[in-house]
Amino acid sequence: VSAARRETLLWFAQRASAAVLALCIVVHLITIVYAVRGGLSAAEILGRTRGSGGWIAFYAVFVLAISVHVPIGLRAIAIEWLGWRGASRDWTVLAIAAALAVAGLRAAWAVFA
Amino acid sequence: MSTLEVQVWRGGERGAFHRYDVPRQESQTVLDVVTYIQRRLEPSLAYRFACRVGMCGSCAMTVNGSARWTCRTHVNKVAQKGRLEIAPLRNLPLVRDLVCDMREFFDKWARARGQFAPTKTRRDAFAVVQPATPERREVDAAIECIGCAVCYSSCDVVAWNPNYLGPAALNRAWTLVNDARDGARGERLQAVAGDAGCHACHTHMSCTERCPKQLAPTASIAGLKRATVAAALKGKL
Repeated sequence: VSAARRETLLWFAQRASAAVLALCIVVHLITIVYAVRGGLSAAEILGRTRGSGGWIAFYAVFVLAISVHVPIGLRAIAIEWLGWRGASRDWTVLAIAAALAVAGLRAAWAVFA
Repeated sequence: MSTLEVQVWRGGERGAFHRYDVPRQESQTVLDVVTYIQRRLEPSLAYRFACRVGMCGSCAMTVNGSARWTCRTHVNKVAQKGRLEIAPLRNLPLVRDLVCDMREFFDKWARARGQFAPTKTRRDAFAVVQPATPERREVDAAIECIGCAVCYSSCDVVAWNPNYLGPAALNRAWTLVNDARDGARGERLQAVAGDAGCHACHTHMSCTERCPKQLAPTASIAGLKRATVAAALKGKL
C-alpha cells in the first residue's frame, strides 16, 4: 500500500467514523439524560440492558467507531505536536485502538450479560 | 498633517522592531509607508515589491498581526490609533527586515505537482474547454492566485507541520486536477495525499479569510480530499 493510499483511506475512515459517532453520541446523551432525569436506579437500568440485543449492538458500534476515530486523530496530533512519525507511532496508536475497543466492549458486555 | 507611528521589523530572526514616524497622507497604502521609510528615513531597509497594483504577489507582509498584500491595503483600514506594526511574513525563513526566503513556498508548488502536464502537441488543434462545465467552474474559482503567500503565512497547519504543502500549492493542484487538458491527474493526487498534503488541513479557513484575491483554498483542499478518496476507493491511488 502506498503512503498516499494509506493516508487517504485513514482520513476517510476517520471521517466515516465521525459520521457514525455524531449519531451515536446524540443517542448516548439522550439516554443518559433520560436515565438520570427519570431517576432510574442501577437495577432498573440493568433490567433494560440485560439481554437486549439492540443495546449491545448499539454500544458495540459506538465503541468500534471510537476505536477507529480516536487513534487516527492521535496519529495526526503526534505529527503536529511532537513531530512523531513512523512505525513506533503507528504501533502506539494501534495499541490505543485495541485498548479502547477491549475496554469499551467489556463495559458494554458487562451490562448485557 | 498627522503622523503615523510605525514599528518595523529590522534584522534577522533575532532582530527587533524599530520605530519610524511617517507623515500621514490621504489614500496612503502600507506599501507607501514602507517605501517612505526606505527612501527618507532608513535606506538600508530591505523589502520587496514590484507592480504596486495587486498583481505580482511580492509585497505581502504581516501588518498589525495579519498577513496582507501591502500595496492594496490602505493605512486607514488597518492602523490602530495611528499606529502600524509591520513585520515579515510568518512560516517562511527570514532573510532580513521584511524580506522572506520564498524558496520553500514555491518548491512546495512543484512538490504538489503544480506543473501543467500537456497531453497534446503543437500540431494538434486547440483544446476546446466549455466555460460552463463543472470542472472549468472549479478552475475559475481557484485560478486567480498571485502567489503572495498570505495564505501560507496565515496557516496554522504549516506552523505545526513544516512539511505541509500549504493552501496555495494545494489550490494550484486543484486547478490542474480539474483541467481537462492535463495528463497527470494520478500523479498529482498521489502527490497531494497524506499528512503533508490535503489530509492534514484542519479547515481552520485562515487562508480563505486572509486571501487578498478572495479565493477559497479551503474549498480547493476539500475538493482534493474528495478526489483522493474517490481515487483510493476505486483502487486508482
